Amino acid sequence: MIKKIYFQSIFFSFFLVLEAFAAESGGMPQLNPEFWISQIFWLTLTFGILYIILSKFILPKISDNLESRKSQILENIEAAEKQRENSEEKLKEYEEIISKSKLEAKNIFNLAREKTLKDIGSKKEVLDKQIDDEIGKAENEIKELQNSAAEKINKIAIDTSSELIQKLIGAEVNNSSISAIVDDLSKRSGDKYYGN
Amino acid sequence: MASNPMTQFNVHRIGPDIKIGTFDISFTNASLFMIISSVAILIIFNLGSKKNSLIPNKIQLLAELSYTFVSKMISDTAGLKAKPYFAFIFSLFMFVLFCNMFGMIPYTFTVTSHIIVTFVLASFIFIGVTIIGFMKHGFGYLKLFVPSGVPAVLLPLIVIIEIISYLSRPISLSVRLFANMMAGHTMMKVFGGFVISLGIVGGWLPLSFSVALTGLEILVAFLQAYVFAILTCIYLNDALNLHH
Repeated sequence: MIKKIYFQSIFFSFFLVLEAFAAESGGMPQLNPEFWISQIFWLTLTFGILYIILSKFILPKISDNLESRKSQILENIEAAEKQRENSEEKLKEYEEIISKSKLEAKNIFNLAREKTLKDIGSKKEVLDKQIDDEIGKAENEIKELQNSAAEKINKIAIDTSSELIQKLIGAEVNNSSISAIVDDLSKRSGDKYYGN
Repeated sequence: MASNPMTQFNVHRIGPDIKIGTFDISFTNASLFMIISSVAILIIFNLGSKKNSLIPNKIQLLAELSYTFVSKMISDTAGLKAKPYFAFIFSLFMFVLFCNMFGMIPYTFTVTSHIIVTFVLASFIFIGVTIIGFMKHGFGYLKLFVPSGVPAVLLPLIVIIEIISYLSRPISLSVRLFANMMAGHTMMKVFGGFVISLGIVGGWLPLSFSVALTGLEILVAFLQAYVFAILTCIYLNDALNLHH
């Protein structure tokens, strides 16, 4: 309510004020032609001078400034691009070197491995030959021992049997007949003792 | 009671009478504020274009931003052909803007609140645009008044309407700016008068209104300068690229 009265009072006072002004003044000063010529003259003068100075001196400078800044920025971007390309090239070179050296290292490693393998093979061969030799020698010795063992056993058998016969019978027996019997026996049961 | 809100628009002589023949071209407060606005523009843009640093300082940034603002406005509305008229539209925009803005300072005079000033500016534009149009297209410029695709019966009427709308361009352009500035300043003065007349009890409401109006008026000051310039661009576009 108070608000309403407040606004209404302002509203009405507005009209009062306007009426008072209307009574006081003789219309708008804008429509008074007293100074029109003067305004046209001064407007043309100041605006003309402003236009001439701006168009001849100031605006070209601003446009130059903008142009030069644009070109400078473009140049900088170009330089940056070039440097980036350079660095990419360097990176490529570096990677090439790395891969090359890796390959080289692999080669060297392979060569060393082959060499060591060859060494080991030759040494093994020599050793194998030696071992074979020794084994052959040992086998020969064993064979000799086997052969000589059979003869010795036969001889011992003949000797002991002749002596036994002599003691038992008291008569001399012919050695050759005994050896024939022993040979015959050993041939028959030789397989049992020697296994071949 | 406060003084008449229209007295702020009074033009009065400063200094002696100057007469050329019968014409009175005395220096007035209007002339003073025209000169102040022009000098302010020149000082600001001179400072803003003096140094060419890669990273602009504040005033240089201001100058360059206004330059690009106006140049973008022109190229958007009138195309690349309007480039030679950039300086004129730039000075026009700046002059109107500075006159409007200086008018916002209390106890100053608003040059653009006078119909004769805005009308002279609009006439410059109107005459200039008409001359450009006839120079570019010869009598073909008259095709502007004959839109294509209109039935023959309606054509006489349309042509008359087009001619009237063309001829009323300077009037609409000047009255728009003048009326906006005058109405705004009158309103502010009236509300200022209310603050006094209603006193400490009721004066707060019109005071707050006055504060809000100041903000609005600054917006209007910029907007009207912008509208003035962009309408110039549109008229220029009609004259340069005849496509009706």
